[in-house]
Amino acid sequence: MIDRVTEARGFDTFDLRYIGLIAAILGIGLLSIHSVTHDQDGGIAPYYLKQVAWIGVGTLAFIVMWAWDYHTIARLAYPAYAVVLFLLAFVLLEGRTSKGAQRWIALGPFSFQPSEFAKLVLILVLAQYYSKAPRVGWLQRVIVPGLLMLPGLLLILKQPDLGSGLSFVAVYAAMLLMVGVRSQALGIALLFSVMLFPFVWEGAWGALHDYQRQRIMAFVDPSYDPSGKGYHALQSRIAIGSGELMGKGLFGGTQSQLKFLPEGHTDFVFAVYAEEWGFVGVLVLLALFVSLIWLSLDIASKAKDQLGALLAVGIVSMLCFCIVVNIGMTAGMFPIVGIPLPLVSYGGSATIMSMASLGLLLNVKRRRLSLFY
Amino acid sequence: MLGSYSEAEYGDFQRRLILLRIGLLLVVALLALRLWHLQIREGAYYRDLSENNRTRQVLMEPARGLIYDRHGVLLANNVPSFSLYVALDEVKDREALIEQLSDLLELDQAFIRKKLGGKGGKLLPRKIKDRLTLRDAVLIESHRLDLPGVMIQVESQRNYPGGVTASHLLGYVGEVSAEQLEKPEFSDLHQGSIVGQYGIEKSFDRYVRGQAGSKRVEVDAHGHEKKAVVVEKPQAGNDLYLTIDVRLQKLAEELLGREYGAIVALDPTNGDILAMASRPAFDPNVLSRELTPKQWVEIVQDEGRPLNNRASQGQYPPGSTFKVPMAVAALESKTVSPFSTVTCNGGYQFGNRIFRDWKATGHGAVNLHSALVHSCDVYFYTVGQRMGIDLMAEFGKEFGLGQSTGVNLPSERAGIMPSTAWKKKVKKEPWLPGETISVAIGQGYVTVTPLQMANLIATVANDGVNYRPRLVLAVMDRITGNLQELPAVPRGKINAKPETFRLIKEALADVVKIGTATRAKSSVVTIGGKTGTAQVAALRTGPQESIPKKFRDHAWFIAFAPVESPKIAVAVLVEHMGHGGSAAAPLAKEVIEAYFKLNEGQSAGATDAPAAERIGATSEPL
Repeated sequence: MIDRVTEARGFDTFDLRYIGLIAAILGIGLLSIHSVTHDQDGGIAPYYLKQVAWIGVGTLAFIVMWAWDYHTIARLAYPAYAVVLFLLAFVLLEGRTSKGAQRWIALGPFSFQPSEFAKLVLILVLAQYYSKAPRVGWLQRVIVPGLLMLPGLLLILKQPDLGSGLSFVAVYAAMLLMVGVRSQALGIALLFSVMLFPFVWEGAWGALHDYQRQRIMAFVDPSYDPSGKGYHALQSRIAIGSGELMGKGLFGGTQSQLKFLPEGHTDFVFAVYAEEWGFVGVLVLLALFVSLIWLSLDIASKAKDQLGALLAVGIVSMLCFCIVVNIGMTAGMFPIVGIPLPLVSYGGSATIMSMASLGLLLNVKRRRLSLFY
Repeated sequence: MLGSYSEAEYGDFQRRLILLRIGLLLVVALLALRLWHLQIREGAYYRDLSENNRTRQVLMEPARGLIYDRHGVLLANNVPSFSLYVALDEVKDREALIEQLSDLLELDQAFIRKKLGGKGGKLLPRKIKDRLTLRDAVLIESHRLDLPGVMIQVESQRNYPGGVTASHLLGYVGEVSAEQLEKPEFSDLHQGSIVGQYGIEKSFDRYVRGQAGSKRVEVDAHGHEKKAVVVEKPQAGNDLYLTIDVRLQKLAEELLGREYGAIVALDPTNGDILAMASRPAFDPNVLSRELTPKQWVEIVQDEGRPLNNRASQGQYPPGSTFKVPMAVAALESKTVSPFSTVTCNGGYQFGNRIFRDWKATGHGAVNLHSALVHSCDVYFYTVGQRMGIDLMAEFGKEFGLGQSTGVNLPSERAGIMPSTAWKKKVKKEPWLPGETISVAIGQGYVTVTPLQMANLIATVANDGVNYRPRLVLAVMDRITGNLQELPAVPRGKINAKPETFRLIKEALADVVKIGTATRAKSSVVTIGGKTGTAQVAALRTGPQESIPKKFRDHAWFIAFAPVESPKIAVAVLVEHMGHGGSAAAPLAKEVIEAYFKLNEGQSAGATDAPAAERIGATSEPL
């Protein structure tokens, strides 16, 4: 089962398209970050330069994850998960607190967010599990992987980081839907989840922090208090809406330039982009994302083995989830949960993690034609 | 070959991937639809919101017009001062802000709450306080980040360089009140606007008020101003040139000193008010500030009633000065001839009552001339009795008594010129014949203001031609730069023979020369005048010094000069100072002499034309 005979091939046109899409999206991110932060003090360097540095580190991660056989990487899944769990526990005890949440580990002038890496590690763990386990019965298909996910999820929710927690669940759910449950069971599971929703809601709502509840309440009625709970949501909608068809141009986004829009370079970077480039720009970005995911799904469908397919599905699901939820929340369709827009939002951990994931995807594609023994 | 991938599982997986692709496309389509809705369908609405988000309307208060005297001496200007505003839409927690501001500035919380709750649009910042001290302004600025929506604006603040000088004339300014805002003439104002509340500032407010401008300032979410987007410049108010000569005004005020009273000087040829002093006075700089309720109570309850302009609002019995219109009436109604005499033996019997003359021994046989010169009461008792109250009232009205002079000052009082009809209407009682006799010497129901008496003697001096007292000589339009003169307004002419006025002026000249007002005799100019002593409390006898001051008589003197062709008419009233001849006449003499000394070298009548030219030369705003 282990390939070692023919080495993987070099780049082909698929790879070039794939990397071109990633570069284009990263470029849009840099532009928007620069636009919104050009008059801000970013600390040791301007934000866009720091992001360039993160992209550099991300490129390294991309190459490593691309070059190293994904079977070898997957074998490291469980030890890596142990390390991540340790880091998540450490962050709770020693981490840096920001806006009521303890998510960061300080590394000199930088902060490092273990929950971002936990997502990729979870994908590896679940892919490794499903590709190895004899998948018969509910226990092994649903419960055991759920238990695998649980410690990480609980530690993340304790921070609290609702966004990463949801991504965690999303990855798990995607794996379940793709390989975990039979077709017939799929329907039953959906029915059950609808019926159980009120109870889950009760438990989940009770466990939420005040600010999380307020954000969800604000989602229900953003105009209720413009300067309070619904402020982010309203300002974000104003930013996007005021972009109209053609946008206000680079540096022209008054919402973001004049700081009405909070976190314009991180979670709300999409609103900045939409304000400055309008609906036309939005369609371009959506097209880039859809193309990238399309290519990724090609990789999943053509993967030579189940581990590769599962890795690809996990990574695609996570990216899709983050893209849809981020754009949805900035556009006022979902409650605001702190999820960055992959490859676009400013942030070291998220950028590196996204690029590493995409490197791993390309790794799966690269080895699809290798021979097995 | 496919490892643990079974054929069935492989097919199932591929189907699910296709489902995933379809699901993904659906979700992205939904996102695109939502963004289309936001950016295209409702784009204009959100564009609007974003414009309002980044701009804040900031009002720019206009500078009030400057006020000068007739020679261009500055009486009221504007100085920069710090005002505290709050932009309501940027305040997140109003109660917390009220608490912070009250701590920082030591203001009453209820006061701030009231100011924040003032009328006006949501986007209009509310003025909380003006004339902030530098310390307070710096304190606010340094706490700027903790005080969203709070801003300090530099505005012009009314200033009266002369302090108490001409305070009753100039008046003071203050914030427009809630009741005023309801009125149509204040409809273009808003809470916090400054308007004239008294004096010329009030009556000429529409000239000097100017027009507020506004700037739309681009601000960030922290309330920092980025740049002004549109500036609609405030239009400064027009400048006023008053008729008063501030030198004369100051002199009149100094002459009154610490006594309560009023001095009015008019130009009889056109009605110009050359000076109008009232004492005690107030400092308009203090009143133009936001006063605490305690300060207000102190001013309002002050026994001297400093806010009262005694010249136009003080109503006093005219005393013997009333004999001047009486004399005109007597001659014109042919009640007496210039030569007919009345014998005065110190009293006048009417029914069973005796009306005393001020001179207990009597004046002997007196005609109109000597009755005026020596102020014989019995003569006028007799004349009054013959004329009857209604004829007296008719002539009194001709001289403008019982009605306002029309001077452009707020709350001018009209005084009372009684008649049978008046008593029936006001007192609901019939007129008693004995009351006519009191009125004949300016006692009883008749009351006048010093301004009315100045106007009366000016009319006599001007042979019956009467002008409305004028306060503002010209208005300088700030936009066009044009100097618009406000013309003298004739009020009519008293229908009397010139001979009558000649006789009376002769008599009044003799009053000063040899009569009751010899202390007004001047070496500079010939003066004619009439003394008066207004009884405050009836039937108090004995030397004035022995009774409490508040019951002592008021001293009157009305005068004009030069007798030959009068250029100035003066009325002096000093409260509770006894005889007009001793307490009031010397003050009138000082004012008249000063007037002629100040205008030496130019014929008095020619002062106006050069004044207007000089105005042009000195009208540079400060």
